[in-house]
Formats: sequence, structure tokens, C-alpha cells
Amino acid sequence: MHNIDTKTSFTIMGFLLLIVGILQSWGVAFSILNLCLISAVMSMGVNIQWGFAGLINFGVMGFLAIGGLATILVSVPPVIESWNVGGLGIIFSLLFLIFIIFLCLFINKRFSNAKYKYQIIFLIVVLTIPAVKLISGPSIKLIESINPAAQGYLGGLGLPIILSWFVGGIMSAAIAYVIGKICLGLRSDYLAISTLLISGIIVSVIKHEEWLSRGVKNVIGLKRPAPYEVNLQNSEWFIKMIETIRFWGPTTKDIIISSSGIFVKLCFTVIFSITLLILLYLSERAVNSPWGRMMRAIRDNETAAKAMGKNIVKQQLNIFMIGSAIIGFAGAMLVTYDGLFTPSSYQPLRYTFLIWVMVLLGGSGNNYGSILGGFVVWFIWIESAPIALFIINFCTFFLEYNNPIKLHLIESVPYFRYLMMGVGLLLVMRYKPEGLLPEKKISF
Amino acid sequence: MYFNAKNLTGGYGEVKVIEDCNFNVNRGEIVSILGPNGAGKSSAMKAILGMLKLDSGKVILDGTDISNFNTQDRIKLGISFVPQVNNIFSELTVKENLEMGAFTSSDNIEDKIEEMYDLFPAIKEKNQQFAGELSGGQRQQVAIARALMNNPSILMLDEPTAGVSPVVMQEIFEHIIRIKEKNIAILMVEQNASQALKISDRGYILVTGQNTYQGTGDDLLNDQEIRKTFLGG
Amino acid sequence: MDFINAIILLSNFVIVPSITYGSQLALGAIGVTLIYGVLRFANFAYGDLMAFGTMCVILFTWLFKSLGISLGILPTALLALPLGIILTIGVSLFFDRTVFKYYRNKKSSPVTFIVVSLGIMFVLNAVVRIIIGPNDIVFMDGSRFIISAVDFKETTGLLEGLTIKSTQVITLITTSITCFVLFNFLNKTKTGKSMRAYSNNEDLALLSGIDPNKIILITWIIVSILATIGGTLYGLDKSFKPFTYFNNLLPIFAATIVGGIGNPLGAFYGGFVIAFSEIALTYAYKKFIFYLLPFSSDSTNLIQYISTDYKFAISFAILVVVLIFRPQGIFKGKVI
Repeated sequence: MHNIDTKTSFTIMGFLLLIVGILQSWGVAFSILNLCLISAVMSMGVNIQWGFAGLINFGVMGFLAIGGLATILVSVPPVIESWNVGGLGIIFSLLFLIFIIFLCLFINKRFSNAKYKYQIIFLIVVLTIPAVKLISGPSIKLIESINPAAQGYLGGLGLPIILSWFVGGIMSAAIAYVIGKICLGLRSDYLAISTLLISGIIVSVIKHEEWLSRGVKNVIGLKRPAPYEVNLQNSEWFIKMIETIRFWGPTTKDIIISSSGIFVKLCFTVIFSITLLILLYLSERAVNSPWGRMMRAIRDNETAAKAMGKNIVKQQLNIFMIGSAIIGFAGAMLVTYDGLFTPSSYQPLRYTFLIWVMVLLGGSGNNYGSILGGFVVWFIWIESAPIALFIINFCTFFLEYNNPIKLHLIESVPYFRYLMMGVGLLLVMRYKPEGLLPEKKISF
Repeated sequence: MYFNAKNLTGGYGEVKVIEDCNFNVNRGEIVSILGPNGAGKSSAMKAILGMLKLDSGKVILDGTDISNFNTQDRIKLGISFVPQVNNIFSELTVKENLEMGAFTSSDNIEDKIEEMYDLFPAIKEKNQQFAGELSGGQRQQVAIARALMNNPSILMLDEPTAGVSPVVMQEIFEHIIRIKEKNIAILMVEQNASQALKISDRGYILVTGQNTYQGTGDDLLNDQEIRKTFLGG
Repeated sequence: MDFINAIILLSNFVIVPSITYGSQLALGAIGVTLIYGVLRFANFAYGDLMAFGTMCVILFTWLFKSLGISLGILPTALLALPLGIILTIGVSLFFDRTVFKYYRNKKSSPVTFIVVSLGIMFVLNAVVRIIIGPNDIVFMDGSRFIISAVDFKETTGLLEGLTIKSTQVITLITTSITCFVLFNFLNKTKTGKSMRAYSNNEDLALLSGIDPNKIILITWIIVSILATIGGTLYGLDKSFKPFTYFNNLLPIFAATIVGGIGNPLGAFYGGFVIAFSEIALTYAYKKFIFYLLPFSSDSTNLIQYISTDYKFAISFAILVVVLIFRPQGIFKGKVI
């Protein structure tokens, strides 16, 4: 099979979105495009870890959730009342936790040869958990009792939401540092399993610590870096603009409403595209730098790189943090676009493995490949339902409309996307294991 | 000759590790393959076992050309092999190791196991222990016993005395002599060349993939040039 | 008397549920560990294989019920189990032939196998949801309790009741039989020993004339049996929901690694270690301590080590500790 040219493949992708715009609606086309852009950022993050350094990170979901949490902590206005009743207790428990962490690190370092070192650290950790609960318990109860229907948490800093993307990245990198310290020395399959499990812990913390994130009660109505539809519909300039663009027919209220929706999405598209292009530029620069070449050398032959005196685990830790930061960044972008944070929606299939399919399908080791993967996979993920419906109707045209098998299949349409992903992944792995846009071989 | 390997040439792609090598061995005979490191001794073993792709040459066992047989079929015909490392099932008991050795044979295994215990009394009392827990010399005995379990007509050993103490080495050589008395052909690769030649009927010396010298054990031992070059004076 | 009450309380809420849950995890973990030992990769599709097996059992259960066949006080699912196992074996072998075999012949890296197993995970996920839907299904029938709390209190005159659900006993008995048969197979039969030999030292197994294709075939058959039994027992005890089964993969992996990956006996114990920790650490001991203390205390605190919300997190935390200090597992597994 010939390798598809990068330009051609993205042009085809553009045409597909155009077809969606014409056949379904422009609103759908733009929301697919926006999520394609976010997915592309996610898969770029995974690609940096897997494609460039060969690190298998199945904890994508956790980093995305951390990015999402960052939007809350940064953009939501602080709940003053909660801070008044419980802020001190929370700060105190955090300080206590930090103290314990440093205590453990200190013991670990100072008594590096002591016999019962690990037992003592273990004991400290075991005792810390009830202690923290005891200290923070009353404050948490108070915080969660403040206006529980809408608040019941500490809120955030009330800063612009775009800032949270960077905070999300930094927070993810910090968590990645800890995870990397624990897991990076492990064999690849252990790394896969343990990152998957740790991302489970992260999500369950975000889901259940209501004082922090409102947990399963969700946070809605987040700020936006784009105008609101309602404001647009009432502003003179927008209505004027729509009137000038339209060539035919009267400009009705309905048209204003639908075009305001599209306009908002377009704003997001512009912001996301700029972000993606900047990331792509940086990533391409990094990949082609001596550092990028070194990372690939490590990936391709760990033993040889070790023999050359490279500190592999340290380099891997760096790249693990950078990749996770990008994933966290994308997580914040996603929540910003959705305008709401729903911790219970973070599931490994959608937020870890789907991203992996994007990277593998697009072509690991190639930035353009992972972006294309993000686009193609998200497009299929969304459009699989109509496609499946079409195929089902086509294949069962001889059955009555109320045939139970037909009805059952039509009811199951949403799940055909998993089937398409799985079969797609298996076919790519078998017949084009390097992905749609393979890694460019660079000679040293 | 009972077993012939004729003009073996082969390697990994373009690189030829062995070129035009000839070995033969009769039943009840010990033949050593000696030579410096990287001379292709182990590759020659692999070629005989069918684990290395041959470009030309023939492997003939008891008059049958087995050059196109795969490893498993060669083993069924009675070629047994003791690799240099990882030559036991460390997580299986000694007895189970022996049973695995007789995996393809349908005879009464119990008798065969008793025969092995007679041959290697040291492992008898450890028969319920995991093979991985034994000492180096005992592991080697288990490894050889496992290889003997399927009644081989030819036993191949890859450096059976690598990494064991001189005392254990002597012990292993004594065992090998006793195996020879069971009318089995023995073909072994050895590092400890002069000691190996002492118990060998014949020897081959391999240099950069070709057999340069061959002769009876005594001849090789007494050849001044060979002594100087390969046997360390 | 209070002491006995305390013990009964603990049995009712910690010991009996832990044994049940532990058995279910153990069956899963043995399956994962066998695949790892013989085929040498971590199979991420295992949770969904369990879901598939359970789904088949449920479908046959429904069929039997519609035909009026039942086992009386025992759940009909037990009757459907062999048929479900056969279908699951079929699906496992189908994926082995069409997918895994290709990579085995190519001698691909373990990571490639993991990625491929993700593909199968997606496919099985879809198949199960398309056939039976994503919702909770309760397929337990027959009698629900062996001992009910009320009866127990009446008979013994104690304050605390002990409930033993029939599913718990069924789980225990089935797991015991399955493990007894399995470990006898692995340790006593020629084929079982050759499986262990292959898992321990593949090259030497080949040199001993052990046929790898036969070993792999048998492994998939055993694994499918374990997956179907484990999944069905879990479904009988709780309920069947495809997503839960996918999630159960995580504690199963934890149990596998804790027990030493590639070591079936370790996986068996690992399952119980995880189950006991999860349940014992999230149980609220207030009443238990109340029975044991000579005076009454008014503490509103639940005396619970970790909130129930973090049930899953416990198994992960244990795993992390094991990975740091004993990556080969508590019971020796494959050395890294």
C-alpha cells in the first residue's frame, strides 16, 4: 500500500467535514472539527510518549481529568463562604500532608541503609490517612454543607479559563513526575497496567472529593474564551454581519440563533487551531533536535543508549512529564469547550484507549500522523452511528420495519462505534502497523 | 559413521558463521568441538539441530538425510541437546524435569527415571525439589538427565562445564564417560579444551567457522602447534 | 455474648463477602496469569472475555427458562454454564487464530500484543453491548438465601444476624472445585506439567519436543473456562453489566501482579489479598468496636479506614506498593 501524502490526507479529512456540513448541519460539522482538534492535541501528547520515547502510558484518562479539574480550580469564582468555614482546615491538612511527604522522603534519604526504613515509612503512611481524615473531616463537612445544590465546594480562583489550560498542563506534569518516579523503571507491560490503575485512582479522587471538584454533582456553566450565543443574538453587529453574509432570503430569528451557535464554535475552532499549530511547531522542533534524536535512539535500543552513558530513566521521566502536560492541557481544553466538568464521565475506553487508537492509527512517531489520527478517529467515533444505521438498514432491507432483530440492531447503533474502532485497530496493526502517516526515517 | 554433518555452511543472512564444516560421530564415541570464542561452535550445534538456516550441507543420521527436518522432528529421531544456559525447568521439580525430557516417548517413564537416578545419584534425593534451587553441578546433572530421558542415540552438549568448579567439572566428565558406555554418540562443545580432549575419542578444532584441525584426542593433545595456539601451551 | 456478636458482625460484612469476592477475583487472576505465562502478554481484553462468557450464559439461561427448564433451588445459570463455556472457547480460539497467531509467528514484542488485545477489547465490548445491551441484568434465580439474618437471629438468640446468600456458597464451591481440578491438572498430568514447563522455559520445552500449538490451544481453553465461570459467579452474586466487567479487569490485574505474574497459585492468593483489603479497609467498624468495648461510646465517627468510594483505589495502592518493593510479586512470579 502506498503511503498517503500528508496534504492529501488532510484535504480528504476537510472534504469529509464539508460533506457533514452540507448533509447534516454546519453546527455538527464544526463541533466535530473542534473535538477533532482537541483529540489531535491529546494524541500528540500520547505520541510524544509512545511514538518518540516508546513509553506506554495507559493513564491518559487521569491526566485529562486533572486538566479538567484545573479549569475548575482556575476559572470558577471562589466560594467565599466555604473558604470562611473550612478553608483553614483544608489548608492545614494540605500542609500536614506535605509535611508527611517530606518526612517520608527525609527518612528515605537520611536512613538509606536502615533495616526497618520501609516498615517505618509504611507505618507513617498508614497512620497518616486517618489523621488527615480527622483533621480535614469537619472542614469538609462544613464546606459541603454550604449551598450544596449549586456549590458545596471551595470554588476556584476566578481567573480567565485559558490560563487553566497551562495550569492543567503543569498539574499533569507534576503528577506525571510522581507516577514516573514509581513506574518508569518497570517493564513495558507493567508500566501499561500500573498507569491504567493509577489513572483510576486519580479519577476516583476527583469523583469523590466533593469539596474540591463537586465530584459527581458536576460543575456547570464554566467560563468561555468565546462569546455566548444569547449575547450574540442580541448584539447589533452580529445581526448586521449575518445580514451582510446572507445572499438570499430574509434573516429570521431562527437563522440568527443557529448562526450564533456556529459563530461560537467557529471562535473555538480558531483558538484550538492556533493552539494546535503552536504545539505542532514546538513538537516538530523538539523531534528534530539532538534531544529528539536521542530519545528515539533510546526507544530503539535501550541497551545501546545506556552503554553510551545516557541516563535513560531521567530522560524518559522528562518526556513522560512533557507528554502528560500536553494531555492535561488537552483535558482542560475539552472541559472548556464542553463548558461543564463531569468527573463520572471519565472512563478508560473513551479517554485512554480511544486516544491510543488515534495514535496507532494515525502513525506513531509522526506528529502529523497523530493529528490525522485524532481527526479520523474522532470523525468515525461520531459518524459511526449514522453509518451503522445506514448499513443496518441496507443489510436488513428485506425485513419488516418492526422485525425484532432489526429493531434490536437499530437500538444498538451507538455501540457499533466500538466495533469499528476495534476492527479498525486490528486491521491497521496487521496491514499497516506503522499507521496512516508513518514516521519519517531520519538518518543520523 | 552413525552421524554425519557434511559441508555445513550457514549463518544469519549475509554473514556466514560456519563454512564448510564436517563432523561425524559414532555410537559409543565422544567427540569434542573446540576452538576460540566466536569460532562458530555453538552455531554448528544449532545447525545440526535445525535451529540455524543452512545454505548448503547435509545432516545425516543413521543413513537418513534429516537436513530438511525441523528441530522437533530431529529430537523425535533421537537427537538430544543440552544448551549451555537455561538448560533446566527451574520452576519444575527435578522429577518433573525428567518427565518433560521424556515428553515424546511413550515408554514406561518410571523405569527410565530410575535409570537416571542410578546414573546421577546426587539428584535422586532432591527429586521433589525445584530444579532452580539446586547447586550448579546438580543443575547440570538434571540438565543432562533430562536430555537422556528420551533415549537419544546422539547427545549434544553445549559447554557442559561452563562456570563450574574444577571438581564439579571432573564429576561431569565422569558422567559423560559413563553415558558413552551406554552406546550413545556424544558430541560436545567445550571451552576447557585440554581436559575435554583427555576424555574424547576425537576432536575438531574450529577457527572462524571452518574446521581447521581434526584428529584423535591424543593426537590433538600431542600436536605442538595446536597446543600452543589453542590449548594454552 | 458481645464478643460473639462482634464476630458474627464481622463475618457478615467482611469475611463472607471477602471470600466470595476473592474467589471471583482469583478465578480471573488465574486466567490472566496463565495467558501471561504461556502467551507472554497482559491481555487487556480479559474483562470483556468474562463479559462475553457471562452474556452467553445469560442467553442460555433465558432459553432454558423459556423452555421451562430449571435446577430447582439452584440457579439455572449453572445449567447454562457449560454451553456458555463452549461459546467462549470458540471466541477465544477464533481471536487466537485470526489475530494473535500472526504476531506469535512474527515474534512481535509484548507491547504489540497488548495493543492488539486492545483491539479485541473494543470488538468484544461492542459485541456484548450490541447483543445484550449495556444495562444491568439480574439473572439469579433459585433460592436466594442459605441462612437469612432473621432466621439466624431467631435460632441463635444473638443480636447480630448472619446472612449467607446461596450465590456466596455457590461461588465458594464452584471456585474450590475449579481450582482443585486446575491445580491437579497443572501439577499431576503430563499436559499440565508441559504447560508449566513451556511457561517456565520456552526454548527448552521446544527442545524436549513439547508442541507449542497444543499448549497454546489448551491455555485458551482453560482461560475461557475460567473467564466464563468467574464472570458468571460475579454476575450471579451481584449483577451483569458490561461496564462493570471491564472495570473488574483492574483489580484482577492487581491480584495477578501482587501474586507474581505468571504464577497461578500466586494469582489465586492475590485475588484474596485484594478482596480482603478492599472490603476490610472500607468497612465501618463502629458497631464492631461498640460490641467489644466495655463502655458505650457516642462517637459519630464511622471508624472506617477509607471511604467506600475508594474501594478500587485500595487495590491499586496495594499494587503500587508491590511494584515498588517486590516487582516480582509477593509469590515469586516471572522475574523482570
